[in-house]
Amino acid sequence: MSVKVRIPTILRTYTGGQAEVAAEGATLSEVIGDLEKNHQGIAARVLDDAGKLRRFVNVYVNDDDVRFEQGLQTPTPDGAGISIIPAVAGGC
Amino acid sequence: MAVQATEVTENAPSVALGPAVALSCRECGERFGLGPIFACASCFGPLEVAYDLPGGDPEGLRKRIEAGPDNIWRYAPLLPVPDDVAEKPNLNPGFTKLVKADNLARELGVTGGLYVKDDSGNPTHSFKDRVVAIAVEAARAFGFTTLSCSSTGNLAGAVGAAARRAGFKSCVFIPHDLEAGKVVMAAVYGGDLVGIEGNYDDVNRFCSELIGDPLGEGWGFVNVNLRPYYGEGSKTLAYEICEQLGWRLPDQIVIPIASGSQLTKIDKGLKELIALGLVEDRPYKIFGAQAEGCSPVSTAFKAGHDVVRPQKPDTIAKSLAIGNPADGPYVLDIARRTGGAVEDVNDEQVVDAIKLLARTEGIFAETAGGVTVGVTKKLIDDGLLDPSLTTVVLNTGDGLKTLDAVAPTTGPTATIRPSLDAFRSAGLAG
Repeated sequence: MSVKVRIPTILRTYTGGQAEVAAEGATLSEVIGDLEKNHQGIAARVLDDAGKLRRFVNVYVNDDDVRFEQGLQTPTPDGAGISIIPAVAGGC
Repeated sequence: MAVQATEVTENAPSVALGPAVALSCRECGERFGLGPIFACASCFGPLEVAYDLPGGDPEGLRKRIEAGPDNIWRYAPLLPVPDDVAEKPNLNPGFTKLVKADNLARELGVTGGLYVKDDSGNPTHSFKDRVVAIAVEAARAFGFTTLSCSSTGNLAGAVGAAARRAGFKSCVFIPHDLEAGKVVMAAVYGGDLVGIEGNYDDVNRFCSELIGDPLGEGWGFVNVNLRPYYGEGSKTLAYEICEQLGWRLPDQIVIPIASGSQLTKIDKGLKELIALGLVEDRPYKIFGAQAEGCSPVSTAFKAGHDVVRPQKPDTIAKSLAIGNPADGPYVLDIARRTGGAVEDVNDEQVVDAIKLLARTEGIFAETAGGVTVGVTKKLIDDGLLDPSLTTVVLNTGDGLKTLDAVAPTTGPTATIRPSLDAFRSAGLAG
């Protein structure tokens, strides 16, 4: 499955400044693994030492927050748009 | 040209923002130079302002504060703002009334002194003017020309008004289905107001993406890339409450929770006053208040969890309807550390509490104020809040903004012909 991943500003040092990159994978976990292959070091910024999504990272597959779906096992259908976003925004 | 986040490193020359010296990650402690960044590059944790505060002479500092203007700038020595902030065009919010609520205290059985910090008295009638005022100064320092935000309503109005006064352009984003009063208040100041088809969390996500796109370049999003500064404005609630109590900590304080930032910053402010010797160091308890229809933090608190599971909001308390609260985990830490609690009330209880505060104290609160008063009552009933102690309840906004919440159950006692007979017949005489 080929997907597009939007990269937040603070991770663009790993993607050569690109705001969006292509990746492969049938689940979010596989997509992050593929990102790591092509942009070494990025996975450790998104995942904690236990391999879980860091608590201040939100990931959306299309418009769905993966925490409402199946987390890292959320399916990533062909052509899906994935957004990685810092969670510490908004409100007061 | 605006300062760019990527240019900021720990050793970069800093802009002059008073006692602020750096941004520090609340999770891993990594430090960064002062700049328009909000998340730690290492762990995504929230950045907050680190200070070199004016210690060593509490009496001198207290006198300096008391001689300052009747707004938040009296606390400028403790805020990330330039020293001459009071002379700049700004809405000058704050120093709102701390109302001794004896009638409400009698109704709730509070004997230790009950106070309502009534922030509906701010320029755009909510506490948001405090945080926006700080963000405006940061935006000025970083060279931004457009102010923006994701908003549940109150913030959009506060940003629009502050932008006009301070000479910025503005473009603010709200969920498309907000209360009419808040939409009008957000639009009336001019600037662009954009309704997003989705809930607040959708709006927030959109803004987070916009900020990383060339479309949003040069924009200061008060609660995204200026969030570390913006949040510090809530510390002024803590400063004012203590000063208005005669430089004394309250024993208990009940605070509404949307993202949770306000609660964490009030705690930060109280701790600073203790560290500076401006108040006596004694225990205080912090309680958080949510609406049942958006209660991710109270649900986690009551379940004993350390993480906050996001919810899809469904409540009349729209200013608190953040289903994925950024500072939720820190609220849990603070409530547990201080011996407080986090509780929620349903929409019917929110409306009842709005009316209770109105009929006892003459304060018409927006739904968020109904949440805090309703939760205060519930905490007392459940034995979690000690009625014999000094308690402060926050009202963060004006009821005129959320008329829809009370309109269905509030109206004239009677409608009569203009005659004394009709008045007598209606049974209202005497």
